[in-house]
Amino acid sequence: MRAPWELALLAAALLVPALGSRFYTFLANDVLIWALFATSLNLLVGYTGLVSFGHAAYFGIGAYTTGLLMKKLSLPFLIAFPAAGVLAGGFALLFGFFCVRLTRIYFAMLTLAFAQIVWAICFKWNEVTGGEQGMPEIPYPSLDWMGRLPLVGGLRTSDHFYLVTVVLVALCLWVLRRVVGSPFGRMLTTIRENAERAEFIGVNVRRYELAAFVLAGAFAGLAGGLFGIFNRGVFPDFAYWTKSSEVLIMTLLGGMGTFYGPALGALALILLNQQIVSYTEYWPFVLGTILIVLLFVFPGGLAGAAGTALRRLRRAA
Amino acid sequence: MLEVRGVRKSFDGFVAVNDASVSVARGQIAAIIGPNGAGKTTLFNLITGHLRPEAGAVVLEGRDITGLPPHDVCRLGMGRSFQRTNIFPRLTVYQNVQAAFLSHRGRGLDLWSRVDELYRGETEALLASLGLRERAGEVSGFLSHGAQKQLELGIALASEPSLLLLDEPTAGMSVSETRETIRLVERIARERGLTLLFTEHDMEVVFSIAQKITVLHQGRVIAEGAPADVRADAEVRRVYLGERR
Repeated sequence: MRAPWELALLAAALLVPALGSRFYTFLANDVLIWALFATSLNLLVGYTGLVSFGHAAYFGIGAYTTGLLMKKLSLPFLIAFPAAGVLAGGFALLFGFFCVRLTRIYFAMLTLAFAQIVWAICFKWNEVTGGEQGMPEIPYPSLDWMGRLPLVGGLRTSDHFYLVTVVLVALCLWVLRRVVGSPFGRMLTTIRENAERAEFIGVNVRRYELAAFVLAGAFAGLAGGLFGIFNRGVFPDFAYWTKSSEVLIMTLLGGMGTFYGPALGALALILLNQQIVSYTEYWPFVLGTILIVLLFVFPGGLAGAAGTALRRLRRAA
Repeated sequence: MLEVRGVRKSFDGFVAVNDASVSVARGQIAAIIGPNGAGKTTLFNLITGHLRPEAGAVVLEGRDITGLPPHDVCRLGMGRSFQRTNIFPRLTVYQNVQAAFLSHRGRGLDLWSRVDELYRGETEALLASLGLRERAGEVSGFLSHGAQKQLELGIALASEPSLLLLDEPTAGMSVSETRETIRLVERIARERGLTLLFTEHDMEVVFSIAQKITVLHQGRVIAEGAPADVRADAEVRRVYLGERR
């Protein structure tokens, strides 16, 4: 978080509970978690050029990990949260090992296949995951210490959890931003641009793709861990293919060419959904229309369009 | 330096390269020529690990590299350019060459340093020697064909190879671009003490810089030797040089 606008945004996010609206805090919390989820996917789609149709698998694995550890084993959040990243990353390593051996549509189909397996296991393994009924009543982390702090002490538990989310998501985004701006990140873009050439500057393409897959899976897992608590329950549909497509749409809508594009996409899609659902029940129809316009008019997504507009303004000025 | 011994490769029954042997001595500038479809690019791909030979061996500096994947072959000191220009089109000129430095120097798995300033000196020096210094910030996909070919040479050189393979380095170039590129390649090979193996369709280019020429015809080596000997070879005149008259 170098640029001042990023700090300003962080400060603004921290101030949301001060508005006093339970609804706004809820909405902001939802956006933040999806922003992290979409940004993790963009490491694959936007930076490495790998389109995953099964990213929800790792989101789901993270959610179940944190949920199980906190609800059934009563472990503290401090252990249950990182565990979500570790376990999701572990499964990403296992599944990714096979996926990166395929390319393009075959890669996408295999990620989808693994995700559907994860979903089926969550759906059927009643003793552990609660099966179809899911796992309701995931406890909040014990945040009593926040009650003793000045300023935030008087807030609700859900607001306290929101503040934790802000800090953790900001940290994760900062780490991801460092990664994409590192030599490793540059190697990923060479794979996206031209895998054959990348091989012949000495890049072991499969190994780098697998590393990106594991990182993306781990951060999706962290997002899932937060989401289970936020949602007060973990359900099999977290790993369902519709979740994978939702996060992919956010990434495309926001713009996969920029780091913050997918986060912007998460914000836009959630707000749009919120607004439009209150007018009409035909949300999917509206979403489809938006996507068509987007693909033809703004292939770079919202962030891409904003960038173009900004450059034009500057040139005009 | 490089020994290719009796390699063979077929695609769906069509034998593209058949029992071909080529050797290149250290510091030599060697060329492979042959009509279209003679198997030049396939032979290159066999050498660089993009294809796996069905028979025969590829030996680089006494080490058997047959069947090694391209990224390992590259690390052992072989650089190559491709016939169809092969760059990272949406990265800048600077980033194209810098990426090759990063990979070659083993920094690729560094997840934390800021990438922009790493190897700036080396990258800019190399770009300067290619005449691309002023265009460092441009998106490489928008460069002219000739400039992209030069950039590709830069990417190959950033891996600091001791043996450089160029697949038709002047393909699609104008006469003046061709001359310029050949002068550049020759100068860089001399300055860096590179061993060079290239394929080329422009006979003038080949006979002007190659010290050794291997002639490929229908996947087989039909002649090998100094330019004057190859030019005088009856078989070569019949199947190849003759065709062009």
